[in-house]
Amino acid sequence: METVLGRYRNLIVLVGVLFAQVLGLAVQVKRTTDSEPTRLIRIWAVGTVTPLERALVWAQTSSRNVWHNYFYLRGVRAENRSLKQQIERMSLEQVRMSQDADQARRLQALLAFKEQFISGTMAAQVIGSSGSELSRSVYIDKGERDGIKPDMAVITADGIVGKVLRVYGPTSLVLLINDQTSGVGALLDKTRLQGILRGTPSGEVVLEKVMSDETVPAGEMVLTSGGDGIFPKGLLVGRVTKVSPGSELFLNIRVRPAADLSRLEEVLVVTKIDERQAEPDQTGAARAVDILAERLPTVPSKPENTEKGDAPGTAAPGTVAPTTTGSDVKPKAAPPEASAGSGAPAARKTANSSSSSGTGSGTSSGTGATATGNPAMKVSPKPVKAPVQPKPQPAVQDSPH
Amino acid sequence: MAITYTSGEQVEVYRFSIPATVLIPLTAVFLQAWLPLRFPFFSIFDLPLLVTIGFATARRSPLAGLLTGGLIGILQDALTHQPIGLYGISKTVVGFGASSLGIKLDVENAGARFLLTIFFYVVHEVVYFMIARGLIGLRMAWSWPHEFLSCVANALLGVLIFMLLDRVKQRT
Repeated sequence: METVLGRYRNLIVLVGVLFAQVLGLAVQVKRTTDSEPTRLIRIWAVGTVTPLERALVWAQTSSRNVWHNYFYLRGVRAENRSLKQQIERMSLEQVRMSQDADQARRLQALLAFKEQFISGTMAAQVIGSSGSELSRSVYIDKGERDGIKPDMAVITADGIVGKVLRVYGPTSLVLLINDQTSGVGALLDKTRLQGILRGTPSGEVVLEKVMSDETVPAGEMVLTSGGDGIFPKGLLVGRVTKVSPGSELFLNIRVRPAADLSRLEEVLVVTKIDERQAEPDQTGAARAVDILAERLPTVPSKPENTEKGDAPGTAAPGTVAPTTTGSDVKPKAAPPEASAGSGAPAARKTANSSSSSGTGSGTSSGTGATATGNPAMKVSPKPVKAPVQPKPQPAVQDSPH
Repeated sequence: MAITYTSGEQVEVYRFSIPATVLIPLTAVFLQAWLPLRFPFFSIFDLPLLVTIGFATARRSPLAGLLTGGLIGILQDALTHQPIGLYGISKTVVGFGASSLGIKLDVENAGARFLLTIFFYVVHEVVYFMIARGLIGLRMAWSWPHEFLSCVANALLGVLIFMLLDRVKQRT
């Protein structure tokens, strides 16, 4: 017996070790639940490997920052110029979009529609990966200590990345959307068809459960549907690259993720999502009313104004306001530059006297607001509505500009 | 390139110092997790596997080979989100096989090491594929071109790694 054991000792140990591991695998597969505590061996392994990764990433980032922030500044001026132009373009676009958004909010409020808002994010750096092609996941440098919890969404400025799967003390494991075990509720932007976004063993992303009788054009944007309870609705996922007939009744839709999942460096973890009912934006109307009120002539106390009324056009409030806010008298009294707030002495003085009267800066908001960039004037030119306008103010309507 | 049969007396048995035994596998696992982020093409390599084969063929002890392979594999598993044991089982088999074969064959030359790595890479992938599909129920895609490319790339890198391991191994 001893000789048999001695002769086949290696083989017996091999079978024993393999059996133990297979048994362990079977237990894990059977017990896999979301509430399963993290195994000690994972904590040890992550605790051993991630500090090295963190140190290396820190050194790499520091050296890169030194280079980019202090030495390599070529082209910054040109880039700055182009960014400024871009900001101007986007500002114009924003005005248009804010009007659309206001309208959408009003409609949503009518329908008692509940929206999800990302109200809290935390920036994190990707420090390592799982190192396996069959586990497409990465480690980030934020963990339980920073308030990260499992199932939080992870995104970049380009699009969604994945979700937090496991949380350790200083790090977290993020499951990428191209892993075969991941699933994200998604919808197509134009056709509004809903499906489930899954990863494939080869690391591609496909949209499943879209019926084969539907037409999906290549290039269409894919957004999150919010149905998974992890990603808020409307985040960009990617674009459709190829559509082909799939198995059974569904289409095989390949999606190219908007975020570059193979070269992740910094990500945002969505730490807080608020869900609230949409409310129409009241600020536009309020601002319009305010502006109108500011434009109206006031009835200031006499003694104050008689003392100040030495400059032309500011002698009496009753005459000042129409003059400065564009009555028919004003164009004669003040040069055009003055009304635009360009700094003509008379106009400036008038503005000061108006604001000191406690009615707000009648001139500066009424005529100079556009020049000074008051958003109320920019965003809501139309709200100067007829019902609010008092009758005896033809001068207000007859704005100098 | 010649693979020659050797008798037990002719086979040289080596050992590694404790720091090398601990640090080399750890470094391999660390690099395997870190490098693909910076160089995505690196994901076709399996550094822990190459270290397992290198240790096993140098020590020529099946017990040491299977235990080293098992531990490296479990460490690798622990970094993934898949159940622990997938790489563990695969590398246990490879560690046992490589050390057993190391007793029979002369694996001191580069050609032999190249072929040995190709062989054990395929063994590793087959065992992994079977366990992942059979026990875990993962969807697996077996792509011959990809496997062939990985096989050759790993074998080439393996030759280099074995040369590095030659520098730290000690004759018993």
